[in-house]
Amino acid sequence: MSAPTYEQAVTAFEPVFGLETHVELGTRSKMFCGCSTEFGAEPNTHTCPVCLGLPGALPVANATAIEYTIRIGLALNCSIASWCRFARKNYFYPDMPKNFQISQYDEPLCSDGYLDVEVDGQSYRVGIERVHLEEDTGKNTHVGGATGRIHGADYSLVDFNRAGIPLVEIVTKPVPGAGPLAPAVARAYVSELRDILRALGVSDVKMEQGSLRCDVNTSLNPAGSSEWGTRTETKNVNSLRSVERAMRSEIIRQAEILSGGGRIKQETRHFQETTGTTRSGRSKEEATDYRYFPEPDLVPIAPAADWVAEIRAGLPELPAARRARLQAELALSSDELQQLANAGLVERFADTVAAGAPAGEARNWWLGYLAQQANSRELDSAADLAISPAQVARIIELIAAGTLSAALGRQVVDGVLETGQDADQVISERNLGLVSDTSALTEAARQAIADNPDVAEKVRGGKLPAVGVLVGSVMKATRGQADAATVRAILLTELGVAE
Amino acid sequence: MSDDRPEITRDEVAHLARLARLAVTDAELDLFAGQLEVILGSVARVSEVAAADIRPTSHAVPLENVYRVDEVRPSLPREAILAVAPAVEDDRFRVPQILGEEE
Amino acid sequence: MTELHQLSAADTAAAIAQGEASAVEVAHAHLDRIDRTDPAVGAFLHVDTEGALAAAAEIDRRRADGQPLGPLAGVPLAMKDVVVTHGVPTTSGSKILQGWIPPYDATITTRIKQAGLVMLGKTNMDEFAMGSSTENSAYQLTRNPWDLGRVPGGSSGGSSAAVAAFQAPLSIGTDTGGSIRQPAAVTGIVGHKPTYGAVSRYGLIAFSSSLDQAGPFGRTVLDTALLHQVMAGHDPCDATSIPQPGPDVVSAARQGARADLTGVRIGIVSQLTGASGGYQDGVLARFADAVALLRELGAEIVEVSCPHFDYALAAYYLIAPSECSSNLARFDAVRYGLRAGDDGQRSLEEVMSLTREQGFGAEVKRRIMIGTYALSSGYYDAYYGQAQKVRTLIAEDFRQAFTQTDVLISPTSPFVAFGIGERTADPMAMYVNDLCTLPASLAGTPAISVPCGLSDTEGPALPVGLQVMAPAMADDRCYRVGAAFEAAFTSRHGAVLDQIPDLGELAMAAAATKEGQR
Repeated sequence: MSAPTYEQAVTAFEPVFGLETHVELGTRSKMFCGCSTEFGAEPNTHTCPVCLGLPGALPVANATAIEYTIRIGLALNCSIASWCRFARKNYFYPDMPKNFQISQYDEPLCSDGYLDVEVDGQSYRVGIERVHLEEDTGKNTHVGGATGRIHGADYSLVDFNRAGIPLVEIVTKPVPGAGPLAPAVARAYVSELRDILRALGVSDVKMEQGSLRCDVNTSLNPAGSSEWGTRTETKNVNSLRSVERAMRSEIIRQAEILSGGGRIKQETRHFQETTGTTRSGRSKEEATDYRYFPEPDLVPIAPAADWVAEIRAGLPELPAARRARLQAELALSSDELQQLANAGLVERFADTVAAGAPAGEARNWWLGYLAQQANSRELDSAADLAISPAQVARIIELIAAGTLSAALGRQVVDGVLETGQDADQVISERNLGLVSDTSALTEAARQAIADNPDVAEKVRGGKLPAVGVLVGSVMKATRGQADAATVRAILLTELGVAE
Repeated sequence: MSDDRPEITRDEVAHLARLARLAVTDAELDLFAGQLEVILGSVARVSEVAAADIRPTSHAVPLENVYRVDEVRPSLPREAILAVAPAVEDDRFRVPQILGEEE
Repeated sequence: MTELHQLSAADTAAAIAQGEASAVEVAHAHLDRIDRTDPAVGAFLHVDTEGALAAAAEIDRRRADGQPLGPLAGVPLAMKDVVVTHGVPTTSGSKILQGWIPPYDATITTRIKQAGLVMLGKTNMDEFAMGSSTENSAYQLTRNPWDLGRVPGGSSGGSSAAVAAFQAPLSIGTDTGGSIRQPAAVTGIVGHKPTYGAVSRYGLIAFSSSLDQAGPFGRTVLDTALLHQVMAGHDPCDATSIPQPGPDVVSAARQGARADLTGVRIGIVSQLTGASGGYQDGVLARFADAVALLRELGAEIVEVSCPHFDYALAAYYLIAPSECSSNLARFDAVRYGLRAGDDGQRSLEEVMSLTREQGFGAEVKRRIMIGTYALSSGYYDAYYGQAQKVRTLIAEDFRQAFTQTDVLISPTSPFVAFGIGERTADPMAMYVNDLCTLPASLAGTPAISVPCGLSDTEGPALPVGLQVMAPAMADDRCYRVGAAFEAAFTSRHGAVLDQIPDLGELAMAAAATKEGQR
């Protein structure tokens, strides 16, 4: 039996998903010691007895990490625990210096919240089960073996710089009811979550650097049934598009098995970028017993009610509120706003408008040429392009002033992305300004007419559209640095033809 | 109390040893099974105490909210930590082939 | 003439301060004593001759410079090998840390250095502090200076023997279930377990995190208090350390030495009197004498009942192994310590398991497995979870008792020092050494052991200890009552330690016995 299509899969079954997201907090020092969290340092230069797990070392909790976690919980509409503890999660792995991870078990700092996301004009509520605080592991590099992955490796090298960096784990409740849009809703959730975390200033949330990691849980219910299917967990999901692709692939894979009368194995799978499919990892049939118990080296966290109130009062404007405000201020329709939100461009758009660009132009550029550029570079969003809203606003301004045409504007964008220079520098270095000298254009127009006598005749004879060829010729001569409308007007004048 | 004594078989000991990464020998399996059974039988009497509504303790002088300020402190010099390591390569700790998967 | 190594810590410090002896001379005197006696006693795993002489020379230099020195400057000290010492080998009595040279100092190591104490070396102990006889050391036996065929107690047996053998006037041990108090009792010296959280645990190789406390040994209550004062105090590197300053234990010891306990209410814990049998006659006799003496000093003696103390042993042998099974997971052949079986073919998991199998002794393995069992899902509530609740009840028993009393007393251990090898076959036989010391460990309350005489019902005359327990943060009461008892006892009978047989003679006798057995 051949694999079902996605559409067939979501007709026969109802997808239910959940997401576990790990966020590396942007604190200066680690969760339980004063080692620096700066990315990219030489291996094992940011370690100490505590984060190396030397005999005798003890952890002390980072106050800012606690505050950031509460900020996240509040932004996700969670209840903040009035009293909770850290717990030890015990298992052996070489990137774990103590062979237990200090985490939280049955007493998370934040719980029972939600995040609303919109896909295609429909709102979906993603329940948040818990937000808790833990420490990150070190990094293993596998040596020998073909792929640099663990299978087939001869040995491994461990760097503990990352060990002990504060990690917040955000776990959703299972999300049913999204139907065929489940992958899109999952993606929208991660995108919105990322925007919220950025707005809160708690993390640089760079998925490609690993400061935001997602595990995607997928299961299928037979259509119309309320019985929950067996779920699988997919790891190595490193971008927003991967979230969507991984889930689609899992839905199809599970549908094929279930349609064939088979059983879904509860397991961890790994997403493979190159094929867009998931591969089997470790079986979860025999769940690891982590032997959790409260961390005896740390004392309970009991955030005072007025401290939590202070944090709540200090929360910045969250993306959802910001979108609502912008929609009102800039008189955008919900659809227009949703388009921007789906593309992760609300902030960029807002900042471009703030820099002086008209809303419509700003939207067109971000959703148009810039989105295309992001796509061709395989980026998640145009927001990830190396061009600032201020630069975009400048380009829009120059077009409005007649210094650039839209086509030239696109070339300037390319120049900015390539060189990192600002728009004006690119224009002057690459000589991209529109030719505004009328005499030069007239010169070029006359040349074009001289070069194309037949076409000129046609135009004089009343076939106005034919002037397009002459316009093209002038544009070519001026290397595109002429405003097409102006050129057309000059040509018609030269030809003695009225519009 | 011997009727409440948990039965600790060789297999159980082998399972615990695996969880705790201890390559116990065959001889040890039998010895430990017997000893563990006696010890666990004796400690099992904690269940005789009615403690349903009691909150567990870990600290004589209960403390809460002990934190450190988020500031960077000097790390250990790398040579110092690598000097005592069993095996080092490329300034990292070298370990033999890992069979298990990351969490 | 009193030799330098026979002086108390207080007198040693005074001699150095007054210029009667240099710190280097004092250090040499003790290093020589170690040279002569440690082949028989085996208290030290590592003697840091160079480091000790350098530290002593520094004290002499500062004194010559006219710089102010602390009250214990220049006094030699032996450090239990469970405490991390920068640049000095630290093994925790285990093969898995053989050859490990730590790159950092424990907080208490830093404090004793800052106080000008001269660390002579690291002492022997039960592996990872698990044991009551020091026989679980992976390296060597330590013998009781009172009778070389007997154990010095444990797990801090090396530290206790070193002080009893006059190799150092002060030493540091750790107490999790009685590992300072019981060795002190069976070697005839003073040992104190501070309130949990009073002394920093940063740099203590962890056994049971919620029970471990480092504490002082000395030959007198005052000496012990002087060392306590140096060790104790809040440490930001230990989140469980108490922020408020502790009581003035030195003043309490001095005040106590006036031997007036009028108005002090002392409770005898009925569950710790050996009423249900198992306590040696000699121990019970000396305890009864101690009670009578305290009464003479004006104390009001009452009997109190702490019913949950009967569950202390069971609760302890669930909590401690559980925490240690987790604490010892870090010994995995990756970053430090032993790596065994790495032949290029084996996987990491195999190398880890082989390393731990070879590197850990039997008692450690037993406790790791018990702890792993007790924390397993399905068992947690009945075992570890329940034990932590019993702990609350024990603490409540103490609180109740302290509404009627100022301190509680008991024998420190049901037994005097037993023969080497006598209790090693049966783990439970070893565990019952801790019966009297466990309740204060579980409650986190302070307790001191002071010598209260000799028992001779088990063969040679062997020391017995009196345990004095106080509420949390009231370590001063332990020192006050302990000092009062010591002053009164000593004035009537002389110091217990005065009666210790000459070590030289003991060693010769032991050698002769061995000869005779061939």
